[in-house]
Amino acid sequence: MAVKKRKIPFLLMILFVTLLVLGINLGEVSSVLEKATKLCLSCIGIG
Amino acid sequence: MLVLRRWIQIIASVLSNAYWLFPFTRGMYQGNLKAVCVPGLNCYSCPAATGACPLGALQNFMAGVRPSLRAGHQHLGLYVVGMLGLIGSLVGRMPCAWVCPFGFLQELIHKIPSRKFEIPTPLTYMKYVFLGLFIFILPLLVVDGFGYGTTWFCKFVCPAGTLEAGIPMILLKPELRDLIGLLFYNKLTILAVFFAWMVLSRRPFCRVVCPLGAIYSLFNKYSVFRMTHDPDKCTHCQTCYFDCPMGVKFYEDPNHYDCIRCLKCLQESCRFGAISYEFAGVPTPKPVKKGARSISHTG
Repeated sequence: MAVKKRKIPFLLMILFVTLLVLGINLGEVSSVLEKATKLCLSCIGIG
Repeated sequence: MLVLRRWIQIIASVLSNAYWLFPFTRGMYQGNLKAVCVPGLNCYSCPAATGACPLGALQNFMAGVRPSLRAGHQHLGLYVVGMLGLIGSLVGRMPCAWVCPFGFLQELIHKIPSRKFEIPTPLTYMKYVFLGLFIFILPLLVVDGFGYGTTWFCKFVCPAGTLEAGIPMILLKPELRDLIGLLFYNKLTILAVFFAWMVLSRRPFCRVVCPLGAIYSLFNKYSVFRMTHDPDKCTHCQTCYFDCPMGVKFYEDPNHYDCIRCLKCLQESCRFGAISYEFAGVPTPKPVKKGARSISHTG
């Protein structure tokens, strides 16, 4: 079984895992939670 | 494989909208699961939604960048970008086919018998305009006196939000009916247009508008999971094209930006073994051919 090695996907994964961890450490998770648990009327076309 | 995909689509749609107490509480789910973005398009203002919509979250970060920086928080949306990029670099646009509730809905509606029409290729580039303009540029640049932007895509375009949140919320909360205005009727019209278009064309929202699909599509050529094409075995019979839910000509580009890796072409269309996939460079075993159909032009 021939295995063709490509580095780009793994470099991308490392980059985006780093961004993900950075975002979590900056407290963005609570920011997402705060927005997602409130009904934004204008966001859904009301008001 | 089609049956497996259908089950996964059903399970993903149910799990993304698993708060079934909303008719009794007359409100939306507000638990901690909403800190996690779902991989598909699913409005987080839907009363049953259990996760956050990545597009809504991303727009909120863009809209709030200035006040956030002023307050000393560097909230730039890295959490959402990192999550989407990680999924994209692993499997590309695969979530569109397997776990997106709105994509699933489009496939079901397209089954309604009618004359079918192909979407012109130039229109399929419009999703990148929606991504750049409505998700990043407008929320970032058009701000009020306090520096807050707005969620342009949710507010003015998203038919999933109208279907999953706008209409249910109006039914659940009668007091909201007094607030209905031109904006809501505009969004209802967009939803109606897309419903009609879904009957006539294959996944029109995914192909023309969806900014989430546009993000994932950027990774199709660079993801760990990749489709592969054997030109020596391919007869250009076009069965894969006619069967494809996204209207992709696989033989022209096996990792086309609109390929959602549903694997229908591999499992059901190709009789010649010209289609396969690889994961991390490891080729897949030969597909089972018993389900392969003869040439059909059913769309």
